[in-house]
Amino acid sequence: MAMQISFDSVTADYQIGPIRSPRVLDSIDLLLPAGSFTAVIGHTGSGKSSLLKAMNGLIIPYDGKVTIGQTTIKAGKNKKALRAIRQKVGMVFQFPESQLFAETVEKDICFGPLNFGVSLVEAKSIARVVLKQVGLEPSILSKSPLSLSGGQKRRVAIAGILAMQPDILVLDEPGAGLDPIGKREILQMITAWHKEKKLTTVIVTHDMDDVALYADDVVVMEHGQVVKHDKVRSFFTDVNQLNEWHVDVPQARSLQLQIEQETGIKLPGVCLTLPELADALIEVGIV
Amino acid sequence: MMSTTVVEVENLSFRYDKRLKENILSNISMTVDQGEWLAVIGPNGSGKSTLAQLLVGLIEADSGKIRIKNTVMDDTSKWKVRRHIGIVFQNPENQFIGTTVQDDVAFSLENLNMPYDEMKFRVDQALDLVGMSSLRHHDPSQLSGGQKQRVAIAGILALKPSILVLDEALVMLDPKSRRELLTVLQNLKRKENISILSITHDMNEAALADRIILLESGKVKNCGTSEQLFVAEPDLEPPFPELLRRELLKRNRNIPNEYMTEEEMVNWLCKSRLTV
Repeated sequence: MAMQISFDSVTADYQIGPIRSPRVLDSIDLLLPAGSFTAVIGHTGSGKSSLLKAMNGLIIPYDGKVTIGQTTIKAGKNKKALRAIRQKVGMVFQFPESQLFAETVEKDICFGPLNFGVSLVEAKSIARVVLKQVGLEPSILSKSPLSLSGGQKRRVAIAGILAMQPDILVLDEPGAGLDPIGKREILQMITAWHKEKKLTTVIVTHDMDDVALYADDVVVMEHGQVVKHDKVRSFFTDVNQLNEWHVDVPQARSLQLQIEQETGIKLPGVCLTLPELADALIEVGIV
Repeated sequence: MMSTTVVEVENLSFRYDKRLKENILSNISMTVDQGEWLAVIGPNGSGKSTLAQLLVGLIEADSGKIRIKNTVMDDTSKWKVRRHIGIVFQNPENQFIGTTVQDDVAFSLENLNMPYDEMKFRVDQALDLVGMSSLRHHDPSQLSGGQKQRVAIAGILALKPSILVLDEALVMLDPKSRRELLTVLQNLKRKENISILSITHDMNEAALADRIILLESGKVKNCGTSEQLFVAEPDLEPPFPELLRRELLKRNRNIPNEYMTEEEMVNWLCKSRLTV
């Protein structure tokens, strides 16, 4: 069942002993509805990854609260809430393949479910199902995860998260470091699960074409704050505002703007994809 | 001006598991000229990173030869060779040593016994180039992914290598920082005449290079300018303007059937508009 994610004036930092870092999250109010697909963008160090960690209880707010479905995390002791949340929120880190550790792919994928009290037999059958979902063959189950290629490792790591059957999927740059085809496959897979299992999905990405192609909503982070939360198409309309946030536009939109400027012809609508731009050019009759 | 070859690779072969017959790289030959930007592209598992590690002498080839600035790379010469060639990895987390950003950048310079003033100058300069001066006293492990990558790049720039190998070193950066760093690198190439070998999956970045090498299953599948390569390799996804041209052609529109850069596409549309 899909769950909503809500942030209620959340402020958080990384605390190591007495040393406090600057606020990585600064009074954030945010509501991601159940079943939404949101892309989080912003430049390096703006707090994107921290926002994701707060959704999984890896950062605890020292002010305000994070509510996932019915469960709330706030300052203080959260043991029960954290356990519940980590079962509901599947988190895929940047370069998740670096966290593969077991001797075999099967053991690695089973690790999560086993820790949440699923029987070994059931965990193994889950492993087979999720492996298929990430597009890998069952023959890989007995191999060492370290012997696989980069793209395969990434898939195994994501399979390990899917095995926990989360209601919310949170991914930090799932396509980084993959070749263009591998990247597209991973993102198309995520979109398919999102629809099929009615998940609430959040991805961090730097690629505005990912935002345009896969997400419904977009959240812009700057200095630990959410400065914009909007539908994707309306978001890419006002280019001056985007420049202020140092946000790029998708390639189709970028070329559209350049064509409009050079030819003096305004194309109909905001073009976010290749077919949309081709349609628009044909419609105004310059090709 | 005659161009000098600074990297020469001859029939290079390598496999990780010596029991297996299959090579990760087989019979790779290539060159990089001084002041040249060479992009290396190819699917995951095609041997790009292995090639990079061979070039800086982190692993040793089974057969073939690498010559860096006329020195043949081997177990004894690699220390000397590394004064000329530097590498930045995709995941900088694994290489931090210093407790502050500036210490980390200074680490390699300390190893060279560089005088303090010179070292300080170079660290300042390198941090400035990557836009990290304001975070110089921070703990590198507490930085964001993109900031870490900048620190790693600064660490190499401080060494002033004449050949820079980037193994997907810009992948974690936001588009604006990536463009800025690409401009920094392009300026370095122009001013200092350094050579850059950049491994990338980003075709727009590859299109900026003087030449592109396409690896596939450990072999050089093709090599040439971006135009030559994207025309000869239909499976390779070209930069966006060329994609648009192919899309329009597919829809039977009257558009020239030859490769187009962004500038060429926009110019053609302007002209076409006048004749409508």
